[in-house]
Amino acid sequence: MKIELDDRQRRVVDEAGDFARTVLAPRARENEESGVFPRNVISQMGERGYLGATLPQAHGGLGLDPVAYGLLVAEIEKGDCSASRLLTVHLALVAEAIHKCGSESQIRKWLPRIARGETICAFGLTEPEHGSDAAGIQTAYTAHGSDFRINGRKRWITFSGIADLLLVMARNGEAVSAFLIERETPGVSVEPQKGLMAGRACHICEVILNDVIVGKENILGQAGQGFTYVANTALDHGRYSIAWGGVGLAEAALNAMVSYARTRKQFGQSIGSFQLVREMIAEAVVGVYAAKSLCWRAGEMRKAAAADAIIETTIAKHFSAGTAFRIACDAVQVHGGNGFTSEYPVERYMREAKVLEIIEGTSQIQQMMISMHGLRRFGRTHAHR
Amino acid sequence: MREKIRAMVESNLNIFNSGVQFSDDDNIFRKGFVDSLFAVQLIAYLEAEFGIKVANKDLDINNFHSVNKMVSFVERKRQEGTGGASR
Repeated sequence: MKIELDDRQRRVVDEAGDFARTVLAPRARENEESGVFPRNVISQMGERGYLGATLPQAHGGLGLDPVAYGLLVAEIEKGDCSASRLLTVHLALVAEAIHKCGSESQIRKWLPRIARGETICAFGLTEPEHGSDAAGIQTAYTAHGSDFRINGRKRWITFSGIADLLLVMARNGEAVSAFLIERETPGVSVEPQKGLMAGRACHICEVILNDVIVGKENILGQAGQGFTYVANTALDHGRYSIAWGGVGLAEAALNAMVSYARTRKQFGQSIGSFQLVREMIAEAVVGVYAAKSLCWRAGEMRKAAAADAIIETTIAKHFSAGTAFRIACDAVQVHGGNGFTSEYPVERYMREAKVLEIIEGTSQIQQMMISMHGLRRFGRTHAHR
Repeated sequence: MREKIRAMVESNLNIFNSGVQFSDDDNIFRKGFVDSLFAVQLIAYLEAEFGIKVANKDLDINNFHSVNKMVSFVERKRQEGTGGASR
């Protein structure tokens, strides 16, 4: 299933595949065990332009279109899920929000640094008591002279442990605003979250904001419009990135499943010759093709700036995440007992795939949105037949 | 323009009771006729359909909460010459 790109973008994606195989994949297990995503790898990603892949070249980015970006994410995901997650939070959630909602001065100040990887970003929406109910966040801001004072606690903030810049949502009464907060601002601290099923090299932390004072220039978008425009824009881009991450992870699991099925012998023959194993392979192939097709379609719609691109992205994310998890589970099944050990990557794929069904909106939240779309668009002309 | 915008809003309403009507002055967000994600979808639609550019300073729900507000916004942007300011 080959998706055509122009020569420059094809080269970027192909080189990302090489980078994933030669640099990311060999260290993925080690990174997970140490809980550290190495700075020198982030630097290499920055030098290659991946950290600003979708940003305009005028702002230091590679200017990839949505389809090319998706293929890049899938390649990176195959190497190391942590690297892919960095692209999602740093670029898709934060940099894209700055690009779409930021002032000229914010864009000029931050995007080139973000694209080079000199500034690493994290996105602070979720709180201990507010996950799916994101609009109910309690982190609060109040006026402090001509500035703002922010207090609150964010949770599950991917890469916040090493981030230089945090995009944080906070409320004042009914109004929710988005703030760009530099990590070194007095009152900002982080506490690493331990015992995680996956994302162990993603520097996931709680972010504590204790009397943090920031100026008006730190507001991203208009005051009071943080959830409606900034958070929704960020999450839409994040979902698109995660959708393609699912494609990459599903392909990685399929590759591992088939490779093992070819070589593992039982009853004197390769297990890939047994029909029940072949069923899992067949379903995995269909799943990868279908997930990739949905992501491709969403990407083309995003390229065309179609209004329905948002819901198409949601559909792609929901399907891709579920497919990645199912294929990764089957990959473990094909590996039998060996699937349980860290000698093979499939148990890690399974854990990482589960996360895709939760981050940037759980599958159940996606289903709520998709069902609403279904109720709006279907069954209007064929009722009572 | 008004008919196109109204049709787009109607096709995205989160209400299924055919007896429910909305006027061009209704605040569709406050009344729960659409969700907040529609605000982002709407920007993409207005830009693509009417060839305007929605600037950072325009990203205020008060510009878009009713059909009449949307129509006024597009007319203003067209008079300004596509809104000019980049996002």
